Amino acid sequence: MNGMIEPIVGRYLHVDIDGEMCRIYFEESGAGIPLVCLHTAGSDGRQWRHLLADEEFAKHFRIIAFDMPWHGKSNPPASWDGTEYQLTTARYTQTIRAFCKALQLDKPVVMGCSIGGRIVLNLAIDHAAEFRALIGLEGADFQAPWYDTSWLNRPDVHGGEVCAALVSGLMAPQSPANARAETLWAYKQGGPGVFKGDLYFYRVDGDLRGRVERIDTKVCPLFLLTGEYDFSCTPEDTERTAAAIAGASVTIMEQLGHFPMSENPEQFRRYISPVLDRIVALEAERAGQR
Amino acid sequence: MNSVSNATDAIITEAFANIPALLDQTPALIARGRFLDCECLLGPESHAFHVSIRQGRIVELTLSPVLMRSWRFSYRASATAFAEYWQPAPRPGFHDLLALTKRGEATLEGDLHPFMTNLQYFKDVLALPRRHFATAVS
Repeated sequence: MNGMIEPIVGRYLHVDIDGEMCRIYFEESGAGIPLVCLHTAGSDGRQWRHLLADEEFAKHFRIIAFDMPWHGKSNPPASWDGTEYQLTTARYTQTIRAFCKALQLDKPVVMGCSIGGRIVLNLAIDHAAEFRALIGLEGADFQAPWYDTSWLNRPDVHGGEVCAALVSGLMAPQSPANARAETLWAYKQGGPGVFKGDLYFYRVDGDLRGRVERIDTKVCPLFLLTGEYDFSCTPEDTERTAAAIAGASVTIMEQLGHFPMSENPEQFRRYISPVLDRIVALEAERAGQR
Repeated sequence: MNSVSNATDAIITEAFANIPALLDQTPALIARGRFLDCECLLGPESHAFHVSIRQGRIVELTLSPVLMRSWRFSYRASATAFAEYWQPAPRPGFHDLLALTKRGEATLEGDLHPFMTNLQYFKDVLALPRRHFATAVS
């Protein structure tokens, strides 16, 4: 519709991450329960634009998506000297907690996809009381590698092309062509080595096997949703992870892959809507008990 | 090998042999591979093809084995895997070349540089029979 302005608003927030001030770009819409959305490795917050623009969800949630430093419109920190970027479990956890603290969010819901789906498990292990609920999309405690990440950052291979080509097959064949192309566009635009650096967390530093058993879903409800076409984090990986966590909710999403919120927003809505409804209901129950 | 798998092999081999013609009808894909000159070995494990690519166009396709012929990389999969891969909406795990390698249905070997620098090109070239395969099988 010509002239339509979406309800999404973008701003910059200065966030102290481990003693270093970072200028972080975030977008938000709606009002109510804070819902912080984490993008996948090598991409940025644009993946959440359909959720952010959803008028029904915005009635109950203040939906927030931020670009991690080095991603999207969040530049590297001013102190960066060009050293190869590497995301660690500690750094990722600090970034999310620092962002929520800087925005003064009251027990937000955090929903992450892929590396975001993995880190919410770490939030559930170590910081559950800080969150109202946690949602992991395409998340597991560990999954088997399926390619050598050194291909992602070398001068004789086009970084954007190879990053996008590698993840292109993670989407479901039923997902609309325009949404698939848009999902890949962010991969084509990523900074050199950023996708690879994020995968350091995924492949090397963020193995949560043997730790997820500590998650107490009575402290913080945990919802895990994985697309049937995701061969990186497979449904079996998610189901195995959930089996070790008492009370974790698991949904395998049909006709979706590794990027549910951006590769097929309508199909994803069918699955995430009941989860968000459940969180609203839990909140109402809690309010009634107070 | 029973007659059913023989028939599958024959259909897959025939579909592979049609890829150069399908590629010729897809100029955007040829343009995507315009910097690619390469000798590779592609196709079903039992009957792979030696493929010569020049500027993104397949200029020669020869059924293996060919005595002492070199190739830089190979991508070979089971006939069943290709039959699944070429369905209009392939099943999960059979919908991508690297999904097939992860599940052990395909093998990627050799010098992977030309494959990785043109990864989307090879994915799209090897998916070309998808448009016609289901019709051919039925």
